[in-house]
Amino acid sequence: MNRNVTTPGRLSIWQAAFVIARRDFVAILFSRTFLFFLLGPLFPIVVGIAAGGIGQQVAAGVSDPVIGVAMEQADTEAMLAAREGLEQDLGTVLPPMEAISLPADGSPYDPQVQLAKSSGDLAAIITGTPTEPVLTATEDRAARWKGRVGLIAGTALAQGPPDFPNVATQTVATSGASEKRSRVTTAQIGQTLLFLLTMLLAGMVLSNLVEEKANKIIEILAAAIPMDAVFLGKLFAMLGVSMVGISVWGGSAAILLAFNPITAPLPEPAVGWPLFVTFGIIYFAMGYLLIGSVFLAIGSMAATVREVQTMSMPVTMLQLINFFFASYAMAHQNTAAEYAAIAFPLSSPFAMLARAAQQPEIWPHLAALTWQTIWVAIFIRLGAGLFRRRVMKSGPQGVKQRRWWQRKKPATQVAPSN
Amino acid sequence: MDSALGDQSLSGNAVDSTPETPPATRPAAIEARGLVKRFDGTLAVGGVDITVPEGAIYGILGPNGAGKTTTLRMLLGIIDPDEGTRKVLGTDRPYDIARQIGYLPEERGLYPSMKAYEAIAFMGALRGVPLKEGRKRGRELLEAHGLGHAAERQIRQLSKGMAQTVQLLGTLVHKPKLVVLDEPFSGLDAINQGKLENMIREMAAEGTTVIFSTHVIAHAERLCESIAIIAGGKVPFAGQVAEARDRIPAQVRLETREEGGAWRAALPDDARREGSFWNFSLPESGVEPLLRALIEGEAGILSLSIERAGLHDAFVAIAGEAAARELEADRQAELNT
Repeated sequence: MNRNVTTPGRLSIWQAAFVIARRDFVAILFSRTFLFFLLGPLFPIVVGIAAGGIGQQVAAGVSDPVIGVAMEQADTEAMLAAREGLEQDLGTVLPPMEAISLPADGSPYDPQVQLAKSSGDLAAIITGTPTEPVLTATEDRAARWKGRVGLIAGTALAQGPPDFPNVATQTVATSGASEKRSRVTTAQIGQTLLFLLTMLLAGMVLSNLVEEKANKIIEILAAAIPMDAVFLGKLFAMLGVSMVGISVWGGSAAILLAFNPITAPLPEPAVGWPLFVTFGIIYFAMGYLLIGSVFLAIGSMAATVREVQTMSMPVTMLQLINFFFASYAMAHQNTAAEYAAIAFPLSSPFAMLARAAQQPEIWPHLAALTWQTIWVAIFIRLGAGLFRRRVMKSGPQGVKQRRWWQRKKPATQVAPSN
Repeated sequence: MDSALGDQSLSGNAVDSTPETPPATRPAAIEARGLVKRFDGTLAVGGVDITVPEGAIYGILGPNGAGKTTTLRMLLGIIDPDEGTRKVLGTDRPYDIARQIGYLPEERGLYPSMKAYEAIAFMGALRGVPLKEGRKRGRELLEAHGLGHAAERQIRQLSKGMAQTVQLLGTLVHKPKLVVLDEPFSGLDAINQGKLENMIREMAAEGTTVIFSTHVIAHAERLCESIAIIAGGKVPFAGQVAEARDRIPAQVRLETREEGGAWRAALPDDARREGSFWNFSLPESGVEPLLRALIEGEAGILSLSIERAGLHDAFVAIAGEAAARELEADRQAELNT
């Protein structure tokens, strides 16, 4: 075999990135990590269902507060009848009421004493007469129920429910207010999904790089191909893995929906569902590439897994702040806050996805995508530069140059004193 | 004991590593002048000059932490020097000719879950060999080096020596013109070290330039025509192995019948008595004037042998001098700051 048949040059950045991406993609796809990645979204769902079930049980164990009526028997009956009559029109607005027996010996009745010693659901007591009712309750409940007690007492005095006019109703599918509110919900769900996915993937790409450093293969890569290509390859491999994951999740969701169609679908986003889903995928890719490149840069600087964990913690916190910032911007469309969230590269994909749910214009998305692409390139370049400077060095040698504050002052000659 | 560097790699133990053309007249595969590298203000390499002729086996010798790895990384373009110039296979941008270079780093690294032949193919793919072709070459190389049975095994299932061989074969899969090996013998047992030496000779015989770093002088002495000694980030010596040896005068061992006499005046100042022998450095004037003086002084020569210094002695002397200079420079720097 003639060893000297060589092709000059080296792989272009895209060819090299493809070699790295192909290796990582296959390695991750057939690893246990990918299984955990696929099962990842199940965990919050299971926790949510469990928490919801427990909450429901807790709520079921707590009954509604009750107002006691401690009046003369006739007045009490009139009050209870008035409440029952009003309930048909006002529904659950009125709190439950029950009769309280007054002392049989005619001794004075003190509602404050009864409320103080009551251990049941009794939250307030009405004494006096329907003409002059007295409501005894805590301050907030008194403020909340005062008007309702007045309405019930007034109805009791009239000896029957007031003659409410019949209101005819016409229903519409949506209104400006309800559409806005619904789109905010769509935007919120979109943003949250985007955030969770990007964090999950950025974490995975980071552990992938750490594993690479532990395998000590990084120097072989650095010697053969541009470091930018290593970064690009790793980012795109994980993006490819995530697309497989999304396809699996999407397919599973579609099968579930086919058997259990949801009765109240999500409100349609402003740009329409097809475009919203497209933007969702593109912004997911951009968000992941931006955050992933930051995580990769961190990974390149760290020498051990512990160092990576230490360094990634503040970044994760900052990422949460970034998410909250984008959420705030979502609720404040066309304000300086929203524009800032769009301009800041790390929050831009989140803010723009929320905008797609709420605003129908397309051109801002094209501009934002261009802007984000520029930042992806900058982040990858910076990460690769950091890697070259921080990682590829062997043990320190020789005399370290001291900083000016570390230098000793030259010895000053002291003149001998006579 | 595995036979990692399999017998089939041996094309003969006596492959002449020295091409017939003298090194000085061959074009340089590597030419570096005044390479300097600092990390966070710490001087790692402080002005390295190296010329490696094409087709040579060139050794970079130095104690641990001398700056060998940093020098190799600068030559390969993995890191850029802060000062100085380098020319590798005719270009001052070595990273642009990565396909013509094979590199085995000091810290061995392979993906543990990859199969042996896949690992070689992957390393080939990094240097532009199509994956299919790389897999084919990977199997061929493993077969040729006695590891055909391990081709389908995952790296994590191989012994250290076998894994190291797989990585070395990955370094060669793209048929490079220049092979750079950083401490290639470390971690190998004596048998595998011998086999690796033969592989290096084989590469050189086929026209490949091989440059390797080591702190074990015996390998360099057996393999190299030229060496550079790096100590404290500098190169106190670069040239042919014979020149390095000549830096140390030959040692004379003399046995005489007479204890004293006029002949004693002919002995140089460093002569010392060990039993019935005198040991001293061969004077610059050579052995003939010394012999004449001993005979005329009636020393009664029983035996006289001249022993040429080995590379190990030369290395210790050269690196030791450099280390002493370095220590003195450090001391001066301390005083100045």
